[in-house]
Amino acid sequence: MANPVEQFRIEPLVPLEVGGVNLSFTNSALVMVLSICLVTVFLTMSVRGRALVPGRWQSVAEVLYEFVANMIRDNVGAKGRKYFPFIFTLFMFVLFGNMLGMIPYVFTYTSHIIVTFGLAIVVFIGVTIIGFMTHGLHYLRMFFPHGAPLATAIILVPIELISYCSRPFSLAIRLFANMTVGHIILKVMAGFVVALGVFGIVPMAFLGGVTVLEFGIALLQAYVFTILSCIYLHDAIHMH
Amino acid sequence: MPQFDPHFFASQLFWLYACFIVLYVVLSARAMPKIGEVLEERQRKIDDNLDKAGQLKAEAEAAVAIYEKALAESRAEAQRVLRAGADALSAQAEARQKEVGERLAAEVRSGEARITAAKQEALANLRDMAADVAKTAMAKLTGVTIDDRAAQAAVTAALEESR
Repeated sequence: MANPVEQFRIEPLVPLEVGGVNLSFTNSALVMVLSICLVTVFLTMSVRGRALVPGRWQSVAEVLYEFVANMIRDNVGAKGRKYFPFIFTLFMFVLFGNMLGMIPYVFTYTSHIIVTFGLAIVVFIGVTIIGFMTHGLHYLRMFFPHGAPLATAIILVPIELISYCSRPFSLAIRLFANMTVGHIILKVMAGFVVALGVFGIVPMAFLGGVTVLEFGIALLQAYVFTILSCIYLHDAIHMH
Repeated sequence: MPQFDPHFFASQLFWLYACFIVLYVVLSARAMPKIGEVLEERQRKIDDNLDKAGQLKAEAEAAVAIYEKALAESRAEAQRVLRAGADALSAQAEARQKEVGERLAAEVRSGEARITAAKQEALANLRDMAADVAKTAMAKLTGVTIDDRAAQAAVTAALEESR
């Protein structure tokens, strides 16, 4: 049986080193490039016809666009309008990373903690900057709720600070863990199918169900990642 | 797990940000405005059609109002004509009734006059006849013949008496 974590191994395809830093073009980078190309082609080609009554592809593109637009409108409000391109890019990038990973032998870049953390830290730093730019130093009130007695500050401020700073970690780990565990389960199940021979029909059926579930999780986790970013953005713009 | 091997962290982050920035630029500059445009155009078309539908509806309502007004007017006109006809008919009937009544009354009056005249005549004849009867009866009973004038006087006296 193949090692179930073998699928996460990064293979350098084009070794590249800039100033002593390893920036090799890897299988992960290949899928990222493939992903952004697919997103671009999909989103531009599908609306090329500019049909009044959309066809299949145009419908999907419009649904995704309006889905994210509504998400921002409902969770951030009118002021979130200018962050729409960023949030939409984030959603499409994570969604395609998750979905492409469901194709056998295709590397899942969202199953790598450094990738999800790289996205989460951008959201975190961006949201913090937006918060300070909108509210100035008053943004520090985030760490001390209105109406709480001053004496409780010694407990509340550290708690709020920790909760605030743990946001990028929870964001990154949630996506990474979901993708990694899903792929490990699929791999282990597939191993059982092979190992059990004729009786492999049982894990085979199970595998079918889990695959469907994994597609659902791929979509759901892209949604969760995006909506949490929206909620953080809302906190930064409106405070609470 | 390969995920925690920092050997490729720099490479992963580099390609992640490179790809993400490219995607962001492409989407925000080209793909998203295009989709937004298509959606806006559709919304505008829908709004236009809704406007047009509202306009047509208003027009239809105006036409219905005009039709209903005409209907009410013609109904009132019919009512008026009907009432005028009924009035004319009843006036005619009344006039005729009056005329017939008058004619009948005149006939009754003339009849009465005729009856009175006949009665007078009959009364006058009665005297002559009574005188005649008295004369004849006298002659038969007594064999005495009296002249007409005496008989007349006697009858007149008797009549005067019985009156």
